[in-house]
Amino acid sequence: MESPTILELIWSARWPILYGLGTTVLISALAIAGGTVIGVGLGLVLAYGNLAWRFAGRLYTDFVRGTPVFVLVLASYYILTTIGLDLSPFQAGVLALTVFCSSHVGEITRGALQTIPRGQTEAAKAIGLGFGQTFRYVLAPQALRLGLPAWINTAAEMVKASTLLSVIGVAELLLRTQEVISRAFHSLEFYLLAGALYFAINYAIERFGSYVERRVATD
Amino acid sequence: MGYTLNFSAVWRSFDDLLFGLGLSLLLAVLSIGIGCLIGLVLAFGQTARQPLLRAPAGLYVTVFRNTPLLVLVLISFFTLPQLGLRLSKTNSFVLALSLYSGAYLAEVFRGGLLGVPKGLREAGLAIGLTEGQIRRRIILPIMLRAVLPALGSTFIGLFKDTSLAAAIAVPELTFEARKINVESFRVVETWLVASALYVGTCSILAALLRRVEARLSLAG
Amino acid sequence: MSAPLLEIRDLHKSFGSVEVLKGVDCTVQAGEVISIIGSSGSGKTTMLRCVNMLEDFEGGSIRIDGEEIGYLTDGGRRRRKPEREIARQRALTGMAFQQFNLFPHMTALENVMLGLTLVKKMPADAARATAEGWLDRVGLLNRKDHRPSKLSGGQLQRVAIARAIAMSPRLMLFDEVTSALDPELVAEVLQVITDLARDGMTMLIVTHEMRFAFDVSNRVIFMNQGRIGEEGDPKTMFANPSTERLAEFLKNSRFS
Repeated sequence: MESPTILELIWSARWPILYGLGTTVLISALAIAGGTVIGVGLGLVLAYGNLAWRFAGRLYTDFVRGTPVFVLVLASYYILTTIGLDLSPFQAGVLALTVFCSSHVGEITRGALQTIPRGQTEAAKAIGLGFGQTFRYVLAPQALRLGLPAWINTAAEMVKASTLLSVIGVAELLLRTQEVISRAFHSLEFYLLAGALYFAINYAIERFGSYVERRVATD
Repeated sequence: MGYTLNFSAVWRSFDDLLFGLGLSLLLAVLSIGIGCLIGLVLAFGQTARQPLLRAPAGLYVTVFRNTPLLVLVLISFFTLPQLGLRLSKTNSFVLALSLYSGAYLAEVFRGGLLGVPKGLREAGLAIGLTEGQIRRRIILPIMLRAVLPALGSTFIGLFKDTSLAAAIAVPELTFEARKINVESFRVVETWLVASALYVGTCSILAALLRRVEARLSLAG
Repeated sequence: MSAPLLEIRDLHKSFGSVEVLKGVDCTVQAGEVISIIGSSGSGKTTMLRCVNMLEDFEGGSIRIDGEEIGYLTDGGRRRRKPEREIARQRALTGMAFQQFNLFPHMTALENVMLGLTLVKKMPADAARATAEGWLDRVGLLNRKDHRPSKLSGGQLQRVAIARAIAMSPRLMLFDEVTSALDPELVAEVLQVITDLARDGMTMLIVTHEMRFAFDVSNRVIFMNQGRIGEEGDPKTMFANPSTERLAEFLKNSRFS
């Protein structure tokens, strides 16, 4: 019997790999969306909150950013399943990534808001805008522009971090790839395929990012 | 939920955590050392005048920056032996993390190189220095000072990335924490302590780096 | 007349398709102080940079003490000399830049010593003594252990001049050395150059300071659109410009 070529092997493994890819995209999208919403709120707290709120926000941000994302994933998985919250590995993993993402977006938001020169707020006040209006029309658009490159970076980091969910048994792209390898061997080829797929996603994010940056920069 | 904190199991194994932390730091130091060499070569390649040098350096950076570290770790550990390169768990992890960090460090160094004013090279030329002397005595020292903050945060990032070594059972901090977790079921305590060790080490590193930066700053 | 110290013949230089030097001829005798004036884009800085091989040039030749700079011709083919040889030739001339270009990671003393130890291969002691001597000459010995970030613009430029002159060049090139300075710091730098001129140092000075050019130089070269428009002794030239271009230029400059 002739042994199948690598292309035939990949073709026969197309469904698990595609499912894995879909799961990876879903995990990343959920974590980025959730992390961005929480992170922007966090950034506002860090930039404009009163002392107590700022302290709490700083504690959360520094603790999460000082902890490896892999530890967050493991801790979320083990702790949440042990203390009786009935979360699936998928949910626990997405939660950990969301928390991780929020701390980064929080820092990005704070940094962007604080980079805007004080004169901008003063000029807005001088023409009679309130804080809400100042934020809506003056600060937010500038912060968006300033924070965009770092946010794109974070998004790509999240896609890479989603691989860590394979360790707690979430059947995303990397775990599916490992399952395929355990049946079909050819580990190098399948790992390279997985690597290429991750690369494709991140490269797309990077290109999209510089496209958006250019759009935002020229108007 | 009726969960009461009890740290005694964690304290009993605290030495294991500390040894794990030591190994984590060692992995990070080795990786950033090798990564710096890779990054320097790539950065000089990327800023070279010949496109023949620029293209491969740029390709390396793009590929390795956009590939998940865990994939590199698994390839390095599971696949290289099939190609005849048999490394220990630890070495294969250091290899993966070095290759990965090389791409990030290349970007750091490239930025640093572009930040060195062109006039300094010309001033060196004008007093009769060769290109090699200028690179060693002027551009490199200025660039290294300029990139020190970025180098520092890259190192802290790598230190956190060493947690991935647990995935191939290298007994560093995360691996030890997971072991205690599985043996004692004191999940909250275990991860709280492990996390605190990471956070604490990161802030100590950051503080140390600020002092080194202050000492080497060109403003002083 | 003795052999010229610097001899530029039919110098041509282009940046891409733009020809900035369109055949410049110029001869400088030892001890001459020559100011090069002209509007921006006239090619005066480029000419200076060619003498120091900071710019390659496509046509013509530059000789210092009869030695051809930068290029050699064998079998009718013009080739750039090896990098080491060019480095040696660059040390024949000293150059001071508009932006000073002091090495920010070294003290004033270390800046001056670097070329002495690396290029002249002086032992550290001798290099230190020479460097301190020159820092003293520019009035900055008491600042020798300061980093550039702790010096004023005028002080930076004086250290930069000391760094160049310490190499005992045959010829000093000054490229708009006061253009980046605050007005109140210009005088101290011009004073240093005037002192050097008095000592007999041969100098080419690209400058916008017309009063200084008038006072310090034996000869003035007016560059216009990549060529030498007019040259002569400053008194005659400034009083009676023989070309419309120079008259126009002088009228628009600060000379009074």
